[in-house]
Amino acid sequence: MDEIQKTLLEQVAGLHEMPAGAYNIRANGQSVERSTTAHIDIVTKEDKQGIDIIIKPGTKKESVHIPVVLSQSGLTEMVYNDFYVGDDCDVIIVAGCGIHNGGDSDSRHDGLHSFYIGKNSHVKYVEKHYGSGDGSGSRIMNPKTMVEVGENSFMEMETVQIKGVDSTKRFTGAKLADGARIVVTEKLMTHGSQVAETSFQVDLDGKGSSANIISRSVAKDDSRQVFYSKINGNNRCTGHSECDGIIMDRAHISAIPEITAANLDAELIHEAAIGKIAGEQITKLMTLGLTEAEAEAQIVNGFLK
Amino acid sequence: MLELQNLCFQVSDDAEKHKEIIRDVNLTFGDHAFIAITGPNGGGKSTLAKLIMGIEQPSSGRILYNGTDITGLNITERAKLGISFAFQQPVRFKGIKVRDLIQLAAGGDSKVKFPAICDYLAKVGLCARDYVNRDIDASLSGGELKRIEIATIIARNTPLSVFDEPEAGIDLWSFNNLIQVFEEMHRESDNSLIIISHQERILNIADEIVVLAEGTVQARGQRGDILPELLKGTEGCKFYRQPVSL
Repeated sequence: MDEIQKTLLEQVAGLHEMPAGAYNIRANGQSVERSTTAHIDIVTKEDKQGIDIIIKPGTKKESVHIPVVLSQSGLTEMVYNDFYVGDDCDVIIVAGCGIHNGGDSDSRHDGLHSFYIGKNSHVKYVEKHYGSGDGSGSRIMNPKTMVEVGENSFMEMETVQIKGVDSTKRFTGAKLADGARIVVTEKLMTHGSQVAETSFQVDLDGKGSSANIISRSVAKDDSRQVFYSKINGNNRCTGHSECDGIIMDRAHISAIPEITAANLDAELIHEAAIGKIAGEQITKLMTLGLTEAEAEAQIVNGFLK
Repeated sequence: MLELQNLCFQVSDDAEKHKEIIRDVNLTFGDHAFIAITGPNGGGKSTLAKLIMGIEQPSSGRILYNGTDITGLNITERAKLGISFAFQQPVRFKGIKVRDLIQLAAGGDSKVKFPAICDYLAKVGLCARDYVNRDIDASLSGGELKRIEIATIIARNTPLSVFDEPEAGIDLWSFNNLIQVFEEMHRESDNSLIIISHQERILNIADEIVVLAEGTVQARGQRGDILPELLKGTEGCKFYRQPVSL
């Protein structure tokens, strides 16, 4: 891998060198490094681009890193990754995509990640997106995540897109069995003329299932964001979604929630708040000696931390 | 140290009617001063405090700090010169931790280590272990926020600190603590304190008292001269001495 690819890797996966545990690193459309463990297998798909990640039942305290980096301008790819997580597992999966586009053609990574999680398992899934390069070609990422959470399992998902991605259309769909839980935390910042659309659909099918979708976003300059969240309560369940947005400059944010209860014991809540940075927050930090711009940066960084 | 010269502050309502909040105030405070500014609600006390910090700009008049005209300086510039301000209603932040705010107050870098932060928080009666990593958001009570606000002022340790009704929203236990905090700040440094307060017990520890009503200075003098006069005026109405709001 070259220096640009290494930098991207560091941004999206926090990796300076090869991680411990299982990993698969994809660079410019090809798998360049792979490691498996006694409990985690990674197999290349034969019918299409992508890999199967198979985590054996009872696998605890192991991690899988599957970062993707693109540094060749004009490259477009569609990748399918399937995760099969057995019963009684406790694992961390770190995905992420970094695109460096120094050329004039669009670079684009579309991914479909499907999770099939067994019973009584805990999966923490972290996904970071990052773009760099000063070419006029766009950096585009369209991630789609489909999750089936088995009985009494817990899926924790963190997505971060802070810098450099020109266009994103994200979809996350989840189906929850009895006693299953999902918590999604999304952090998003757009600037320039970027566009980001993020959409959630959660079906709380199981008895005692629960979902919590938390989105924090900052839109600067002329950027635009749309947040859709759809929670369907089909059983005794609890669902909560929260969209908290800061707008700056000439940006736009829309929050479009939908909650549907199809069972008397479904408890669903949606909260959304969009506004500029409160003037008194800036004033307070200025009284500590920060300039207005420093105060603004501090507030935005804290909000997205 | 601080001089207010012919200070005026006006606001206009929709009908373009001017209302004078501060009218021709002239005050001079020396070094190592401990001043309490008191007076009825709506008398202009908080506005005066905000004018000193630069949160509001005067309609006319000048403010001198150590002989330098700071009337045209913004909040940041005044903060850097050594003026601190404790808000009556502390501001909440999503995602900024108690640790972050105290570090910013103490000079803006992460060199301020846990023992120092612990010390600042202990002075306001909070155990650092329980608080340093908490967000300054709606999960903190009004009293906790207020104590953290005062800890940021202690951490700044500037030549002049202005407190806008520090007693508001604080419980009785912390109130006793607060009195000690002010006494210690005054005793252990040459810094000056200006405290806006309704509380007799705070007035009772200040060296000087300024009475502000209807935007003008009604009286100013040593505590021993002013306080008995103030309390005399309240005979017949025991509720005048406003209790600590709980």
